[in-house]
Amino acid sequence: MTVSLQAIVDFIQNNFIKDDYWKYLTNGFSITLQVTFFAFLIGFALGIFLAIIRVACKDLSPSWKTPSGFLINLLSKISNIYITIIRGTPTTVQLLIMFNVILINLHNLKIVAILTFGLNSAAYMAEIFRSGIQAVSAGEIEAARSLGLSYMQTMSKIVMPQAFRNCLPAFGNEVITLFKETSISGFIGLVDLTRGAGILISKTFRAAPPYFASALIYLIVVLILEQIFHALERRITHD
Amino acid sequence: MIKIRNLYKNFDKLEVLRGVNLEIKPSEKVVIIGPSGSGKSTMLRCMNLLEKPTSGEIIFKDQVINDSHVDINKVRENMGMVFQQFNLFSNLNVLENLTLAPVMRHRLNKDEAETKAMELLKRIGLPEKVKNYPNQLSGGQQQRIAIARALMMDPDLLLFDEPTSALDPEMVGEVLELMTELAQAGMTMAVVTHEMGFARQVANRILFIDEGMIVEESYDPNDFFDNPQEERTQQFLSKIL
Ligand SMILES: Nc1ncnc2c1ncn2[C@@H]1O[C@H](COP(=O)(O)OP(=O)(O)OP(=O)(O)O)[C@@H](O)[C@H]1O
Ligand SMILES: [Mg+2]
Repeated sequence: MTVSLQAIVDFIQNNFIKDDYWKYLTNGFSITLQVTFFAFLIGFALGIFLAIIRVACKDLSPSWKTPSGFLINLLSKISNIYITIIRGTPTTVQLLIMFNVILINLHNLKIVAILTFGLNSAAYMAEIFRSGIQAVSAGEIEAARSLGLSYMQTMSKIVMPQAFRNCLPAFGNEVITLFKETSISGFIGLVDLTRGAGILISKTFRAAPPYFASALIYLIVVLILEQIFHALERRITHD
Repeated sequence: MIKIRNLYKNFDKLEVLRGVNLEIKPSEKVVIIGPSGSGKSTMLRCMNLLEKPTSGEIIFKDQVINDSHVDINKVRENMGMVFQQFNLFSNLNVLENLTLAPVMRHRLNKDEAETKAMELLKRIGLPEKVKNYPNQLSGGQQQRIAIARALMMDPDLLLFDEPTSALDPEMVGEVLELMTELAQAGMTMAVVTHEMGFARQVANRILFIDEGMIVEESYDPNDFFDNPQEERTQQFLSKIL
């Protein structure tokens, strides 16, 4: 018993404590959280914007001839192309293109990763929001319009709140996917949690402890995110 | 109050309304009947421009409202609609359902709207439901609240599209009772319904619509039901009565 306890202490000492090895994991984890959080903000804001543009274009079917109609039509076309390209190509390739081509002069790896994952997630969130918006009852929208509410008022008071409720489960999945997908950040040399584990292995020459430790950290965060989204769902459904 | 002139409405190739002319005067109660698919809902929905007329004019309080310069939201504030499926806002509780439009359209401030909402809820006998959400209410309760929601805007005209058709039979009465009360209070109403008892009792005019046209019109409901003039009206009434 004492022997095995000693073994565990040694194991932790050699793999994580010695020379502050654990800092590779915690610093990496901090980068992973930052990238996820800021990418989420970008994805959320841009995703809603893209979804509204596409829905408004379909609802209002504006004429190309008026300036505002032209703008909406144009933005909607661009959104469609954007979403098609993002969803049709691997995130890793997008990350490499951002790093090596588009943002070649930007040397802050964290920002490259945030922008890539944010722009990527926006395309998926746009599709999620769009289906959430389209699931809102047409009758309720007509009721709002029949009371004199404008299109925008109806959007903000009836459609969007219900759309959020509708897409919360899919939205939670997307956040979890985003979080896990940041683990490819190492491709551009950003030391996130996964890369941090890799570096740690190069010090200790033992693969299992750092990889399992990082896997455990990812898992715990995913479980926490799931709990948060379940709680949100419970809060906004009235039964 | 509202005039319909030579109204045509097509859905692509399908001609749904084919030359409807109608005038509804203040505090008239017009009941519209006709077979399924004859264009009753479409006619009602053209009146508040939920459907855009293909041609013809809708004139509400001396203004041609199907004209591109008209602020349709402003017009709709004065014209309520009650739907077959109630269409209460499912993300809002009863009080919020009632106060949303008057507050958003700057008719009333929040306090005034809430006071008025409570008065209306008392009048329809549902003051204890003020914090409930629509899915916690029976169909009859939902429809009475939908009517109250329309009344919050003090409309000049109320449009009803089969307000009792989606209700369980035991709840039809409470909704018709409220509508009768409104009629007696002088509300101008256009009602599409299959409730012939209500039509006899409340209507001061009956329209029979078939294939997108007003086939028969009568200012005497009892006479209309007892002695329909047109053959198509007779056929229709013999099927439903
Ligand atoms: N948005 C639409 N697009 C295409 N066709 C439509 C649309 N709305 C109605 N129609 C068609 O127009 C015709 C008239 O429909 P409408 O709903 O006005 O009939 P109705 O008299 O109200 O019938 P019901 O008693 O069944 O409600 C029907 O043939 C219907 O299929
Ligand atoms: Mg109908």
